Amino acid sequence: MSGVRVLVGTRKGAFILTSDGKRERWNVSGPHFAGWEIYHLKGSPVDPNRLYASQTSGWFGQIIQRSCDGGKTWETPGGGMTKTPEGMPAGESNKFVYDTSPDTGKPLTTHQWYDGTQHPWEFKRVWHLEPSLTDPDTAYAGVEDAGLFRTSDGGKTWQELPGLRGHGTGPKWQPGAGGMCLHTILLDPANPKRMYIAISAAGAFRSDDGGKTWKPINRGLHSQYIPDPDAEVGHCVHRIALHRSRPNVLFMQKHWDVMRSDDGGDSWREVSGNLPTDFGFVIDVHAHEPETIYVVPIKSDSEHYPPEGKLRVYRSRTGGNEWEGLTKGLPQRDCYVNVLRDAMAIDSLDKCGVYFGTTGGQVYLSPDAGDSWTPIVRDLPAVLSVEVQTLR
Amino acid sequence: MIRVVLPPHLRTLAHVKGEVQLEVAGQVTRAAVLDALEARYPMLRGTIRDHGTEQRRPFLRFFACERDLTHEPPNAPLPDAVAAGAEPFLVIGAIAGG
Repeated sequence: MSGVRVLVGTRKGAFILTSDGKRERWNVSGPHFAGWEIYHLKGSPVDPNRLYASQTSGWFGQIIQRSCDGGKTWETPGGGMTKTPEGMPAGESNKFVYDTSPDTGKPLTTHQWYDGTQHPWEFKRVWHLEPSLTDPDTAYAGVEDAGLFRTSDGGKTWQELPGLRGHGTGPKWQPGAGGMCLHTILLDPANPKRMYIAISAAGAFRSDDGGKTWKPINRGLHSQYIPDPDAEVGHCVHRIALHRSRPNVLFMQKHWDVMRSDDGGDSWREVSGNLPTDFGFVIDVHAHEPETIYVVPIKSDSEHYPPEGKLRVYRSRTGGNEWEGLTKGLPQRDCYVNVLRDAMAIDSLDKCGVYFGTTGGQVYLSPDAGDSWTPIVRDLPAVLSVEVQTLR
Repeated sequence: MIRVVLPPHLRTLAHVKGEVQLEVAGQVTRAAVLDALEARYPMLRGTIRDHGTEQRRPFLRFFACERDLTHEPPNAPLPDAVAAGAEPFLVIGAIAGG
C-alpha cells in the first residue's frame, strides 16, 4: 500500500501530514517543537523513517532534531546522556562553526553588507537540510550566513565544506532581504561527486569533487540590482530544481526571471515566456515528465503576493516559455499570501502530487499534477517549507 | 545545590519540569553554573551562550535575588543566596512575544 508523508515547517512548529496513496483523507500531527521556527525538515531517500529538522529561535539559536521513526519521536543527536571517555556528557549537534584559515587562524573571508562594506560571517540558522542519496547518517546543511556544512554521524557533529566560501568570491556575496542564506542543495543522482547549491544573493555554484571545490555557474543571469548586471556572482537566485533522470538540466527561479540550463549550469537562458510576472520563489519539476515544471508567480518587488489577488500555479509542459495558469480549487480573489522558496514539493505517485504551502498557513495539494487543487490544511502558522515522502 | 530556572522552551528541550538543581564545584559563578548546566544537559549547548565565544545570546538575560546580573562578568561570584540554594538563578527571555 503506497502512501505519502508531507513534512511542513512553519514559523511556530512542524506538522506532519500523512495519507494513503489516494491522498484524500489526511492525518495531521503537530505542532512538533511548538513555538520554534522550523525552517526545514527532510527525510533520507534510503531510510524514509530517518528525518532531520532544523529548529531555530531568535532567543535560543539553532537546534538540529532527528527522528528515526518517521517523525513519531525526535531526539537532538548527541544531545543525550552519552559520555566521552573522560566521563563528560557529549553533545555537539547544534554546533555550526565556520572554518578559519589554516594558515592564519583568521576567518576565511568577509562578505558584503547591504551598503557594500565588508562584514564578518556570523552564523544565524540552518535554512535547508539535504540528506545524502546513499547514507542516512550523512546530510548537508545550508546555513545563514551562507555556508555549507555536512554531517556523517547522523547529525551529532557538523563540519563546514570551506571550499565554497574560500574559493574567492565570498567578498562579493551579499544578503538578500531574508538574509544571506544558502537555501538550495541539489545532489546529482547520476554523479555522486556533483552537487549544486544556491545562495541569496550570490548565485548558483557547482562542485564536481564532492564539495571540496566550487565554481560559480551564473553565466546568462542578468540582475539590475548589482553594479555589473552580468557579474559572475551577486545574483539573487531563489531556487533551483532538477529532474533525477536528467540532472544536467537545471531550472531556476531568480529574484526576477525564470531560467533554464542544459549544461549543468555552465550557461543559462531565460524561459519566463508568458508568465504574468517572472518574480517568485519556488520552482519544481514533475516527477515523471522532466520537461514539465511549476512556478508560483509573485507580484513583487516587495509586493510579495500573487498578482491581482489570484493564487495561481503556472505549469509549463515545454520546459519553460509556454506557461498555463492552474486555478481550479485555488482562491481567485482577495488572496495576498506568499509561497516561500522551500515550500513546494512533488511526490512520485502516478499521477504525481504537487504540494505547496503559503504564508497564510494553507498547504495545498494537487493529486493530478496540477489540474485541480484542494487544501489539506488551511490554518497553520506561516509555512516556511514543504517536503513530501512517497512511501511504498 | 544550585537552583536554576530555565525558560519554558529550554525546559522542553532538556526534558525537565520545574527548576533544575545542579552541583557546582568551587566558586559559584555564572560561568560555573552554565558549565554545569551544559554538562548535564548537552542539548542546551549553544542555546544560552555561543558555542565558540561563550557570549550570552543577545535576547537572554540573567536575574537572581531581584537583581539583574546580565552584565556582571561571567566569573563574578553569584549572590550568596544563590550559592546556598536559597534563591534560584533565572535565565530569562529578554523580550516577550515573538
